[in-house]
Amino acid sequence: MREIAFRDALNEALAEEMERDPDVFLMGEEVAEYNGAYKVSKGLLDQFGPRRVIDTPIVELGFAGLGVGAALAGLKPVIEMMTFNFAILALDQVVNHAAKARYMSNGQLSCPIVIRGAGGAGGSLAAQHSQSLEAHYAHVPGLKVMMPATPKDAKGMLKTAIRDPDPVIFIESEVLYGYKGEVPEEEYLIPMGKGEIKREGGDCTVITWSRMVHTVMDAAEELKNSDGVDVEVLDLRTLRPLDKDLIRESVKKTNRVVVVEEAWPWASVGASVADFVARDLFDWLDAPVGRVNQRDVPMPYAFNLEPLSLPSVERVAEAVKKACYL
Amino acid sequence: MTEKPQARVENIDRDRGHYLLHQMLRIRRLEERCADLYAQTKIRGFLHLYIGEEAVAVGVIDALRDDDAVLGTYREHGHALMKGMSAESIMAEMYGNVEGCSMGRGGSMHLFSKEHRFFGGHAIVGAGLPPTVGLALADKMLGRDRVTVGFFGDGSVAEGEFHESMNLAALWQVPALFCCENNLYAMGTALDRHQSQPDLHLKAASYGIPSIQVDGMDVLAVSHAARRAVAAIRDGSGPQFIEFLTYRFRAHSMFDPELYRDKAEVEKWKERDPIKNLTTYLRERDLLTEQEYDELDQSARQEVERAVEFAEKGSLEPVEDLLRFVYSEPEEDR
Repeated sequence: MREIAFRDALNEALAEEMERDPDVFLMGEEVAEYNGAYKVSKGLLDQFGPRRVIDTPIVELGFAGLGVGAALAGLKPVIEMMTFNFAILALDQVVNHAAKARYMSNGQLSCPIVIRGAGGAGGSLAAQHSQSLEAHYAHVPGLKVMMPATPKDAKGMLKTAIRDPDPVIFIESEVLYGYKGEVPEEEYLIPMGKGEIKREGGDCTVITWSRMVHTVMDAAEELKNSDGVDVEVLDLRTLRPLDKDLIRESVKKTNRVVVVEEAWPWASVGASVADFVARDLFDWLDAPVGRVNQRDVPMPYAFNLEPLSLPSVERVAEAVKKACYL
Repeated sequence: MTEKPQARVENIDRDRGHYLLHQMLRIRRLEERCADLYAQTKIRGFLHLYIGEEAVAVGVIDALRDDDAVLGTYREHGHALMKGMSAESIMAEMYGNVEGCSMGRGGSMHLFSKEHRFFGGHAIVGAGLPPTVGLALADKMLGRDRVTVGFFGDGSVAEGEFHESMNLAALWQVPALFCCENNLYAMGTALDRHQSQPDLHLKAASYGIPSIQVDGMDVLAVSHAARRAVAAIRDGSGPQFIEFLTYRFRAHSMFDPELYRDKAEVEKWKERDPIKNLTTYLRERDLLTEQEYDELDQSARQEVERAVEFAEKGSLEPVEDLLRFVYSEPEEDR
C-alpha cells in the first residue's frame, strides 16, 4: 500500500469532502494563499477557489463564530485553528453557541461545524504553544472530539467529522504532520466514537490516543523484549463519545489498565477514562488503573526539560510494569 | 460615512400608523404581563424587559422579508414577536413548557424559531454578532438576496466580538444589518463610563461600514432608516450599521434596584415613550381616534391574555426527554 504523510492524508480528506459536498468550505488563518501554516490545505485554493478556501485575519473568536453562523444556515464549515493554543480565544463561540444550538432550540437547529488544527507539544515551542487542551472540549456536552494517531485514521476520521451533523473538535498532533503511514487509495471512513486496537496483547491494556499511541507502541515493543509482557494498545481515536465497548472488551481480557495521555493529569480526559474503568470494570481489574501524563507544569523551553515533562517510553514501561506487579 | 440623527421623514397613512402602533402595543402589553407573571413565579430565571425600546424592533423587523434572519440578545421577546412568532409560543417558553418555541429548553433569554428564521436569544453580551456575520456570509456564498439582522446593546460595543465582527463584515461585504440598541447603560454602567467614544456609530464607521445614528424612540424614524439600510444591503452594497438612541424604562432585569440612574432621568425619557410619541403624531393628524386606540390596545391585551391562557394550560417536557438533542443521535446510540 502507498505511504503518505499525515498532513497529506488530511489534505486528501479535505479535498475529497469539498469535491463531494459543495456546502463544505475551509476557513482560517493562512489556509488559502499561504497553503496552510502546516501545509494541510496545500493546493486547495487552486482547486476550489477563494469562495471556499478563505483566508481570515487573526481573529479566532470571530471566524469561529462566523463558522457557527454559516453552519446554522446549513453550510458545513471546516474552521482551521492554526493551533489549539489560539483556539482558547474562540471558546465562547464553541462552548456557548456551537455546543448548545441543538439542545437549546430543542432540535430545531443543527451546527455541523468542524474545528480542526494542531495541538500538543511541537518541540521547543515553550509553554504557550505546547498544550494538549482536549479536555476543555471533551468536557462539554454537545461537542464531539477526535484525535487521530496515524495518516490512515487522520483521513478517514476527518471525512467522518465533516459529514457529522454535530460540532466536531478535531485535534492533530503537531509532531505527527510529517509522519508517514499506509493510506488506502480507495475511499473509506473511520466511524465516529470507535477506537481501534493498534496492537494486540493479553497482559495489560494501555488506553491512549493521538501522538502518545506511538510512544506506547514503542514501550510495548520494549516491554515484550525486556520482560515478555504483551501490551494491548487501545487507540481511542474519538474522545467523545467514548468507545466504552472496546474498553470493556479489552480490559476483560487483560485485567490491567494504564491510561497514557500527552495532557496534564488533573481534570483530564485520561482522568475520566480511568474513572470509567475503575467504576464500570471494577470486578475485572487485578490492579489499580495506572496513569502517565505530561508533568503538571507549563511546558518548559529548555532542551533537557521538555522531554522530561512529556510522557516517555520509559515512564510508560514503568507504569505498565507497576500495573503488572513486575 | 456618518450622518446626524434622522429627522422624522416618513409620511404615513392611517393603516400603516395603526399597524406600527399595534405592533408596539403587542410588545408592551406582553412584557407588562411578563412582569406580573414573574412576581407570581410563573416565569423564573432572568427576565429582561424591552419596555421603552419597542420602536426599534418594530421599525427594523417591519422592513424585513420572512426569509431574512434575525438574531437578538437576552432582551428579545419583542423581536421574536415581531418576526412572526406567536405570543403563545413565547409565553409558553417563559413558562418552561414543551409548547414553547424552544420547548422549554431556553426560557426568556433563548427564544428560537427556525421556521421564522429567528436564530436566538443570545445571552452572552456581543456573542450573537459573529453568528450574524456567519449567517450573512452563508447567504452571500449561496447567492441568496437575504439580509441578516443582528440586534445588540451598547454594552456589546466594548466586547472583542463586536470589533472582530465589524471588521469581518466590512472586509467581506456581507449582507448584514447591525442594529445597536443604545439604551445608555451596559447593565448598570453608564455609556460614558464604558465607552471611550460614546458615539457608537463612529466605531462601526471606522471599519468602513455605512453607519448612522437614529432616534430609537421614534418608530417612523426607525422604519425609514431600516428600510433604506435593508434596500442598500439587498442591492449588494455590503453591511450597514444603525445606532438607535433608546432607553429602557424598566430595570436591567428583575433583580436590579436601579441605583445607577436618577428617577428624573427615567421620567424624562418616559415623556418620549415611542407609543405615546406615535399616538400623538397620529392624533395630531386626525389619523387615530380615541376609540381606535382603545381597539388596538384591547386587541393587544386580548392576544396576551390568550397567550397566558395557552401557557397556563401547557405541559412540561417529559422527563425522559432530558437527554434528547444534545447530539443528532438518540441518547441510546451514544
